[in-house]
Amino acid sequence: MIAVWHYFRADQSEILGWLWTTLWLAGVPVLVGLALAMPLGWLASRVRWTYPPVVTLAGLLYTVPSIVVFLLLPGVLGTRILDPVNVAVALTLYCVALLVRVVADGLSSVPADAMSAASAMGYTEWQRLIGVQLPLAVPVIGAGLRVAAVSNVSLVAVASTLGVSQLGSLFTAGYHAVRNGSTPILLGLILFALVAFAYDGAILLAVRIATPWRRAVSRT
Amino acid sequence: MTHPLAAAGDLPSLGLVPGWLTTAAHWWGPHGLLVAVREHVAYTAIAVLAAALIALPLGLLIGHTGRGIVVVAGLANAVRAVPAFGLLLLFVVTLSPKIHYTHEVTWLVGRGGVPYLIPVLIVLVVLAIPAILTNTYAGVQNVDPAVRDAAEGMGMTGSQVLLRVELPIALPLIISGIRSAVLQVIATATIAAYLPFLGGLGYLIFNGLQQITDPQLGYPAMISAAIVVALLAVVADLVLLGVQRLVVPRGVSGRFAVGAVRLSDALEVAPAES
Repeated sequence: MIAVWHYFRADQSEILGWLWTTLWLAGVPVLVGLALAMPLGWLASRVRWTYPPVVTLAGLLYTVPSIVVFLLLPGVLGTRILDPVNVAVALTLYCVALLVRVVADGLSSVPADAMSAASAMGYTEWQRLIGVQLPLAVPVIGAGLRVAAVSNVSLVAVASTLGVSQLGSLFTAGYHAVRNGSTPILLGLILFALVAFAYDGAILLAVRIATPWRRAVSRT
Repeated sequence: MTHPLAAAGDLPSLGLVPGWLTTAAHWWGPHGLLVAVREHVAYTAIAVLAAALIALPLGLLIGHTGRGIVVVAGLANAVRAVPAFGLLLLFVVTLSPKIHYTHEVTWLVGRGGVPYLIPVLIVLVVLAIPAILTNTYAGVQNVDPAVRDAAEGMGMTGSQVLLRVELPIALPLIISGIRSAVLQVIATATIAAYLPFLGGLGYLIFNGLQQITDPQLGYPAMISAAIVVALLAVVADLVLLGVQRLVVPRGVSGRFAVGAVRLSDALEVAPAES
């Protein structure tokens, strides 16, 4: 462990730069993916016949290994193979695929009584979606977000096989080291775990703040 | 540490891919797609079978007794959050120098490959276990307690309840766990070809990466291999879906012959809240 700390100190500025790249590569796709999955998921929950094709397509996309998407995107987008944008776009696609279903199921899981009550109080459909249905679906959507964020973090590491510089570069550095290669690899594993842990905690906290009624109920 | 590709800007067009894939020479031969697919399937099958041999009995036992769920669930989640590529290289760096067997293994690796293959297979097994294990115990735990009581009331012993009642009811979840394990292993076996001597479809990808601008061996070969990886993943998933249909008893899946009525439907008094 001391060796790991020394390795970190010796190369601190570069490793912190990789940490920063990893943070945005794993984090931004979750937010963009959620923003894209919201309307799609709402559509799949509202217009019943759209649910099977949307969910099947999303599931199919999810079976495609990430390295395939990392390789295809440069050819499609015209970016360089080492461009981090490929990774961000690929992870966004995965997040949309995962979250569309979660959003649709989350919105559908809201009790019919709550929806009827809101309509009876004079909410328009739009007000009811924003004011009642969406907040009540937050716990389900939050659980999906946690899965998306944590799996994103480990997918970022795959990009280092192609040479995209981020924390995964610690793994390749360890592999190519003449001796003590396990030191940078262990450091990488620890830092990846910290990133995953941080995102997981942040989402848990956000869900907690967004659902004050749950605590109000649990107090009684 | 600059990458040899940092300078390579223009990639060969994706339009070359259909031509690449329809060239017979790219399918046959020692480094052809067919051999690569065979190796990929072999690595995946070995890893998933070994993982199932460990995770299935353990999961059934944990689900049946209810003991150790917290520990196992925590461990399984921890493994899932670990980046596969990092774990792979950690095992290679620590284990490979200790393995001195260098002969060829038919169908798996060529001469010199064993020291890399063994750590790779270990990591693939480690990665495949959580999905199978958690789904197995969750499937057993989800069995309706009334069903379990009924089985015990009929005089079944503990192991009879487990094997004749809980296992069949848990099968859909167990197989869906195996499906996610297979997908994970196919993807990780691809990036394992980052290491020397290893075959599989990843070989064509990382071999191409060294000469990415080459219109034959470079980007078009990489994309073709990547497409075959994706197809392999989808086909494997569909095959297992078919297996699921075959092995899950109809009483559990609810798929009866046309006209037949499910007992639970006939007995249902109040319609379910929609």
